Amino acid sequence: METKKRLLDAARMSRAFRRMAIEIVERNRGLDDLIIIGIRSRGVPIAERVAREIEEMEGAPVPLGILDITLYRDDLTTIAPQPLVKPTKLPEPIDDKVVVLVDDVLYTGRTVRAALDALIDFGRPKAVQLAVLIDRGHRELPIHADFIGKTIPTDRQEVIKVKLVETDGEDEVLLMEKGDH
Amino acid sequence: MRAQTSALRSKDLLGIEPLTPEEITLILDTAEGFKEVSERPVKKVPALRGQLVINLFMEASTRTRVSFEIAEKRLSADTLNFAASGSSVEKGETLIDTAANLMAMHPDMIVIRHKYPGAPRMLADRLPASIINAGDGSHEHPTQALLDAFTIRERLGRLSGVNVSIVGDIAHSRVVRSNIHLLTKMKANVTLAAPPTLIPAQVEEMGVRVVHSLDEALEGADVVMMLRIQLERQGKLSFPSLREYYNTFGLTGERLARAREGVLVMHPGPMNRGVEIASDVADGPASVILEQVTNGVAVRMAVLYLLAGGHLAE
Repeated sequence: METKKRLLDAARMSRAFRRMAIEIVERNRGLDDLIIIGIRSRGVPIAERVAREIEEMEGAPVPLGILDITLYRDDLTTIAPQPLVKPTKLPEPIDDKVVVLVDDVLYTGRTVRAALDALIDFGRPKAVQLAVLIDRGHRELPIHADFIGKTIPTDRQEVIKVKLVETDGEDEVLLMEKGDH
Repeated sequence: MRAQTSALRSKDLLGIEPLTPEEITLILDTAEGFKEVSERPVKKVPALRGQLVINLFMEASTRTRVSFEIAEKRLSADTLNFAASGSSVEKGETLIDTAANLMAMHPDMIVIRHKYPGAPRMLADRLPASIINAGDGSHEHPTQALLDAFTIRERLGRLSGVNVSIVGDIAHSRVVRSNIHLLTKMKANVTLAAPPTLIPAQVEEMGVRVVHSLDEALEGADVVMMLRIQLERQGKLSFPSLREYYNTFGLTGERLARAREGVLVMHPGPMNRGVEIASDVADGPASVILEQVTNGVAVRMAVLYLLAGGHLAE
């Protein structure tokens, strides 16, 4: 795959996380009943970053969880190999809480659909909100994000690569082109 | 070691012998993910929705059948139980005919237990469904060995270099055969202990050490796995009496006290208290016997999940 463009660098990414954190606190008027849940795998470090920003801002930690959606995918029996299943870890019951789901890129919306199904099996949240670093369009389901780091119109041939210090050693977002081969 | 492969090569799980260490690690890693599902308020995920699994149990089984059935239900598969008694088998139908008839109903997977070694392979070679061996005669019982390994790895953090002593009816046990394959592939050290009449000739060629006293087996063991004396598979008793067996090979608290601290006591069940294991040991702090049962569901979910998925081109 060929890199076409660097969409965000480290400084702009950390500003995006801070802005998402501010918007989450603003919209929910504080931290009461709030739980931040990262969707495995890249949503997890992003959720941690946003939660850290919220803690710095509000002076109190926000509960943080991890959601594994593998078993809720709609393409499980057609893809090979099977994705590795990992545990879901929720810090507390989600009943009557406001859950902010966090992922790196919002694209077709199918991951979020799976995440909603997975989440509902754990209880009945008061509300579920969605925070993504990048919204690239091309939804296949009626799903939208509440908090967006950056909106980027893309072509379906293009791939968005989110790199994070935790997993890739550096922070950047790249726009890449799928090769013909 | 983390999984270095992301799929099983075969459509079936017929035994541990054909598996690679990477495949074993993949199953154990996957089972870790599934263990959490059984602790949820809603103990069910939609992964196998719409898939039909037939449980074909041609030999008595409670634990394994129930464990498979729970695993299937937690994955949202449709399950159908078929037992030998009260079925067409009693009317003289052959296994192949039974399977062909079941196959006409389009199951995606068949879990089979049979008294004849090789029965699962016979089905696997003839049917497009995935076949899972739930115990075939004295050949293999792969999911039991996998859940044993999962329990050891969870408790001790590794399999490599772990000293595992298996004590009891080695000759008639499919569990021990699968366990030897698995543990030696994963570089654990296996010691077998039993009266000479219950140890098959040349078993050392499988890469294990053989001793003939329980004390020797306990020396330096990290795990001691007790096996049931399978009276139903023995023509005549291979030792003078059950009382004598208990006195020489039964695991009592006093004997266990000579083992290393932190030793794990395992048993694949069903236990015969007062024959191979004393009650206070079975229920004691070293025992992980009920953990094995809990882990069995997670391991079987992992196997079903991995076999149900798309397969890599060979």
